[in-house]
Amino acid sequence: MKALRFSRKQLGIPYALFLLLFVVFPLVLIILYAFTKVDPNGYINLSGVKVSLTFENFIEFFSKSSNIRVLFISFGLAIVTTALCLVISYPLAYILAKSKLNKNGVLLILFILPMWINFVLRTAAMKELLFAIGMYNSNKLSFVNTVIGMVYDYLPFTILPLYTVMIKLDKSLVEASQDLGAKPANTFFRVTLPLTVPGIVSAVTMVLLPTTTSYVVSDTLGNGNVTIIGKVIESQFSTVFDWHAGSAIAMVLLVIIFITMWITNKFSDDEGSQARGNGLW
Amino acid sequence: MSKQKIIELTGVSKEYDGTLAVEDCNLYVRKGEFITFLGPSGCGKTTTLRMIAGFELPTTGKIMLNGKDITNLPPHKRPVNTVFQRYALFPHLNVYENIAYGLKLKRVKATYVDKKGRTVEKIEKLTKKEIDQKVARALKIVDLEEFEKRSVTTLSGGQQQRIAIARAIVNEPEILLLDEPLGALDLKMRKDMQLELKEMHKKLGITFIYVTHDQEEALTMSDTVVVMKDGKIQQIGTPQDIYNEPVNSFVADFIGESNIFSGTVVGEKKVRFINKIFDCVDDFEKNEKVDVVVRPEDVKIVKEEKGMVSGTIVSCIFKGVHYQMVMMVGRSEVVIQSTKGYPVGEKVWISIAPQDIHIMHKEFVSNVYDGYITKENKVWFADGEFECDVTQLYENSHLDEEGYLITQDGEKIDLTDVDVKVEVGLKDIEIIDNDVDGDACGSIISIVYKGDHYQVIIRTDEEEEDFVCDTEYVWNENDRVSVKIPTEKIKLKLKTEDKK
Repeated sequence: MKALRFSRKQLGIPYALFLLLFVVFPLVLIILYAFTKVDPNGYINLSGVKVSLTFENFIEFFSKSSNIRVLFISFGLAIVTTALCLVISYPLAYILAKSKLNKNGVLLILFILPMWINFVLRTAAMKELLFAIGMYNSNKLSFVNTVIGMVYDYLPFTILPLYTVMIKLDKSLVEASQDLGAKPANTFFRVTLPLTVPGIVSAVTMVLLPTTTSYVVSDTLGNGNVTIIGKVIESQFSTVFDWHAGSAIAMVLLVIIFITMWITNKFSDDEGSQARGNGLW
Repeated sequence: MSKQKIIELTGVSKEYDGTLAVEDCNLYVRKGEFITFLGPSGCGKTTTLRMIAGFELPTTGKIMLNGKDITNLPPHKRPVNTVFQRYALFPHLNVYENIAYGLKLKRVKATYVDKKGRTVEKIEKLTKKEIDQKVARALKIVDLEEFEKRSVTTLSGGQQQRIAIARAIVNEPEILLLDEPLGALDLKMRKDMQLELKEMHKKLGITFIYVTHDQEEALTMSDTVVVMKDGKIQQIGTPQDIYNEPVNSFVADFIGESNIFSGTVVGEKKVRFINKIFDCVDDFEKNEKVDVVVRPEDVKIVKEEKGMVSGTIVSCIFKGVHYQMVMMVGRSEVVIQSTKGYPVGEKVWISIAPQDIHIMHKEFVSNVYDGYITKENKVWFADGEFECDVTQLYENSHLDEEGYLITQDGEKIDLTDVDVKVEVGLKDIEIIDNDVDGDACGSIISIVYKGDHYQVIIRTDEEEEDFVCDTEYVWNENDRVSVKIPTEKIKLKLKTEDKK
């Protein structure tokens, strides 16, 4: 009997199919929906509905000031959350990576344990907590509450990549810096920080983008006062049933995400491409 | 080389979690000297270096630099620079930035005369031009001009090594510390770099403190060699001294090849080993058991009438410049190096000149432990419980049926928990090649060949006591073994007797 043998190309076929079916095809659909509108005289037949090519969906989105506001709030929220996450997790990851207490990684696991508990449940619990201390009742604090929830939910995602980079950081580099006459602060800014940039970049990518769209948190904790872009897309699909407008907003978000990705990657290329330990990405 | 001491360590010890990495280290380094710490891995040489650099603080003891106490000074305040084992170049900086790292942090005092004629002292940074010049000069010293803009990650091992040296010497340190800097290079490159480093040392006139486990490297490069073992300094001396006059069999074995025999001093400047009495130049007490060290190249194969001992060649290997032969004299092996090879099986005569016979005190004559007697009248020491004859503790005593000791005068003594000194001869310990059958178990940490037997040191797991034993059989380091000692060979002594 001849043994069954696959070439590398053949082994790749299932993955190619997967990509085609679940990535390329939906993306094409979104693009198609975003650039079309329902038109009885249209010449394209999209699942039984006649549509025509148009830019109207985009024009409509950008002409509404409320949408622009949502966009700003989303990114404002994302940036504040990311910044807070970094401020909290950088020293924490540093301590965890250097500390003798964390010999078996037990402490680290304690810190990233919340990641394995259901997201919605965690957010609901946070709501109860905020309610109990009286922060939830005040409408003025809705944004703050949302930020607290987001930071709570995404903190593990920043600790992990930073910790990974820091644990790999060569101790002798820090020693070399001290040896060459650098005070501890100098050593930190000239050696430790630049070498952990890859970790910072992956932490940012893991938090900045998801926070713009995870409307579960803003819905639960925002008391109806915080609407983010993810929520707008959701309502277009499930409340207004305007798939065309929803797809267009999704496209806008996609483009913005691409731009931020490009900027962060460029940043990490300049600073950290030669660094040992290239984070998670 | 001046006589001035630049750095001095007094009674320096370093303890990690209860184990001593460096024990009572006393040494000084003269200004401009090239000194090498030599020893097998784990002997404490790197720890000593790191204490001088300031990365580790000594548990006890003092480190003086130019007469000033620097024991607790942080590394950035010490006028000392290090070349690290794995170079530790900053991967995010290019060659120029790496070398300029220390210079950019440097602050120098500058004096000016202001308009009113007063002299003003200012602390300022080095100018860009000064830094540029210094970096260029350092790169020239290590022979890597025009590498300034290169990324350090694109350099070969040898080039990275040179950059690491340049980065250290550019700061003009008083002492340059080198932690096995050539360990990662291939043999050819290592030889070249050895000579270059030596050359650099001459040119720069800085004190070099070098750490290596390579004895040849140490002998080639240093003015002074410090041989270390188990955290203790064994010998300090010039390469010639260390090679020709090793103080003990460890140093002799570690530095170069050597024949180590067990011998006995039989008279004034006469020593007996391999069943023959030889003349020697060292004076030792008569009947003292000694280690005799003879370098293979000092064993001369001669004509029968001039020969002192005869033996049979059992192996002959060509080593390039010379042949290395092993000759059996009775039950002892003698290693000989000679430019002329002799066929295996041939009977040859050898002679050894008196000045080539190095005699040293035996390191271990017997094993001594602190122990105590257990309930079953056994003795507990060195992580094990051994059968023994407790009646030897009191003259003419005997045991009764219940296990109590009855002394000469009829006194009844319960020996349980009595502290005793235990002495066991080197030849009386039997090694068993598994860790269950013996009374105490451990791993072999060292093995030294002594002509007709091996001296093996077994370290027990928990108490880390050492059993030193002489055995005919060859063992490997790190072998798991256990030991058995015949009942009659365990010598016991009451501890209280010592006090009296």
